[in-house]
Amino acid sequence: MLKEILARIQQGHKTITFPKGEPVLPDRFRGRPTVDGSKCPQGCQTCAQACPTEAITHGNIDLGRCLFCGDCEKACSRGAITFSRDYRLAARTREDLVLKDETLKLAEALEKQTRRIFGRSLKLRQVSAGGCGACEADTNVLTTVVFDLGRFGIQFVASPRHADGLLVTGPVPRNMRLALKKTYDATPAPKIVIAVGTCAISGGPYRDHAEVGNGADSMLPVDLYIPGCPPHPITILDGLLRLLGRL
Amino acid sequence: MLSIYNGQAVNAKEVPQLSLAEFRDAISGERIVSLFGQPEANDHIRLVAVVGRDGEGTLGVVSTVVGESYPSLTPDCPQAHWFEREIAEQWGIVPKGHPWLKPIRSDVTDFFQVLGDEVHEVAVGPVHAGIIEPGHFRFQCHGENVLHLEISLGYQHRGVERAMVGGPGKRTIHYMETAAGDTTVGHTLAYCQAVEAMTDCRVPVRAQSIRGIALELERLANHTGDLGALAGDVGYLPTASYCGRIRGDFLNMTALVCGSRFGRALVRPGGVGFHLEKERSNELLERLDNALKDVTVAVNLLWETHSVMGRFEQTGRMSRETCEEIGLVGLAARACGVERDVRFDFPSGIFRFSQIPVSTWNTGDVFARAYVRWLEIQRSITFIKSQLEMLPEGLLCAVAKETAANQFVVSLVEGWRGEICHTAQTGENGRLSHYKIVDPSFHNWMGLAMAMRDQQISDFPLCNKSFNLSYCGHDL
Repeated sequence: MLKEILARIQQGHKTITFPKGEPVLPDRFRGRPTVDGSKCPQGCQTCAQACPTEAITHGNIDLGRCLFCGDCEKACSRGAITFSRDYRLAARTREDLVLKDETLKLAEALEKQTRRIFGRSLKLRQVSAGGCGACEADTNVLTTVVFDLGRFGIQFVASPRHADGLLVTGPVPRNMRLALKKTYDATPAPKIVIAVGTCAISGGPYRDHAEVGNGADSMLPVDLYIPGCPPHPITILDGLLRLLGRL
Repeated sequence: MLSIYNGQAVNAKEVPQLSLAEFRDAISGERIVSLFGQPEANDHIRLVAVVGRDGEGTLGVVSTVVGESYPSLTPDCPQAHWFEREIAEQWGIVPKGHPWLKPIRSDVTDFFQVLGDEVHEVAVGPVHAGIIEPGHFRFQCHGENVLHLEISLGYQHRGVERAMVGGPGKRTIHYMETAAGDTTVGHTLAYCQAVEAMTDCRVPVRAQSIRGIALELERLANHTGDLGALAGDVGYLPTASYCGRIRGDFLNMTALVCGSRFGRALVRPGGVGFHLEKERSNELLERLDNALKDVTVAVNLLWETHSVMGRFEQTGRMSRETCEEIGLVGLAARACGVERDVRFDFPSGIFRFSQIPVSTWNTGDVFARAYVRWLEIQRSITFIKSQLEMLPEGLLCAVAKETAANQFVVSLVEGWRGEICHTAQTGENGRLSHYKIVDPSFHNWMGLAMAMRDQQISDFPLCNKSFNLSYCGHDL
């Protein structure tokens, strides 16, 4: 017992203060992309052509398709398109993810009735439908001491029967359609669906592959979209807290 | 047999085409690294085998052409089992006499059954209880005892290999980075090595060093996470809690280099995408020192706690004979005492200049697979520190050129799970005509099935975690 106590003292306190305090993100972190239109020559399509998932059209950036890979930033010789360190990316609708100007309509809380039920206790069932493992890993990490999801009353449960909603990752391959549908159907109403990661929102790099369905909303009604490839755990946490009206 | 090195491109015509009998002879007794089909004229299929001569550091390549059916290789060569099932599924040809010809990436409900009054079947998945990718496990049990485990995958199939044909294109590198998302650096490195071979590109040594650092950081994060998860599976919460956090510390080190915890955008054909200046290097060194202190305290608790060792030792035993017979790779093989490690056997990149001692243990049980991870954590930290302290000067990336026509290359990397093998071929136009990915999980899922025989079903989560194989890396 003594060695466990000594280890506990040695490991220290690691839970971050977010949302009270601002999170610490790496200096090269690629958050919300921004375009400085004044630097763009007339008719230049360099960034749009460089983008592997066709996320940029007519100067608008679709965060639901964006891989946050930086290919556009590298291709642009004028520094017109850059990635800020803004980690707040979650939105309630697919349309809200398409950035037309600098503003992103961040996710609003669930309507009052649903928030009364889920606001202080939200149990989620995670379903990986073709996810590569990164979104899953950075969702799972929220349950570890640094983020400590439990302190917000949010928990991941083992069965859809115990859940208030699904958290879906991956582009939803044909081979997972039945399993995803069954899991959704087994979740008692009222229920919510959260799509985490670009694959779950639009198919990601696999968009329009014959093997996949282009994301969760090809099958299910989605209440919250959290973009990223993968989204940083802080981005996921920020999205969840916004949904519950905690931010 | 054509003899080549890891990452050496040759003209595709140099791959010898033998008769089926000669082909069987050639691969007999060898370790199969990759075995796949390629389309030929007249609906024929070319079977290509890549075998690994670990002791000599060379790879052997042979091929043969078959029609709609051929006598199966598996009865004489168990290592071919899973590969032949894949060939049958991808190309519609029948290996006659294959002991269990079932697709590996489709939903099929026919499972091996043990008959008897007291036998019951337990089905798990595809959706699993935790936050994990999907796969199906079918147990044949007698009471608590598992007689047989059949693993059925394919739920994550996204069509990666098919999409590689005609490339490299805009999405190609992103397919490689997400083939197995927790092994971004491993797979991307294998791809880049293949492309660099086919474009005759010399990667600057500074970039080689940074690539090595990235690969080892990836290994550190996953091994630490696994040890925490193994602790969690036996209900030992202190280590589970600490390692869960320390894994994040390693991921944040990768993010310090390239902005992404998983190493996205870091490895690119020709080199690396990010600069590692002195200040950043020093920051990494400091973080590594702290992480080593923390992970040592957290992990040593495991070996000193009887209740943990009681669960780990003797559980999920795999004999060295079985390991060799089914061709296990990576840490699962090293935990059976087999000194198999691509960094040592087929060194490429920085590993031609800096060697990491191969970590092995010989009991082949959950404890061995956990302990090998611990040994590798220590050795990888030592390696990264030595690289950072003597980081060579120079460019980050060589200029990319077009891939040459009619090239054939095999590219191996020791991912954190084990041997990653990418085989690439270009056509007349210099574009990729074929691309085959073998994730270490492709070899090792059978290992889990064998390790579960005669084990208690309640030890399954522990055994599964001790292997920790990739579902999407297998399904592609």
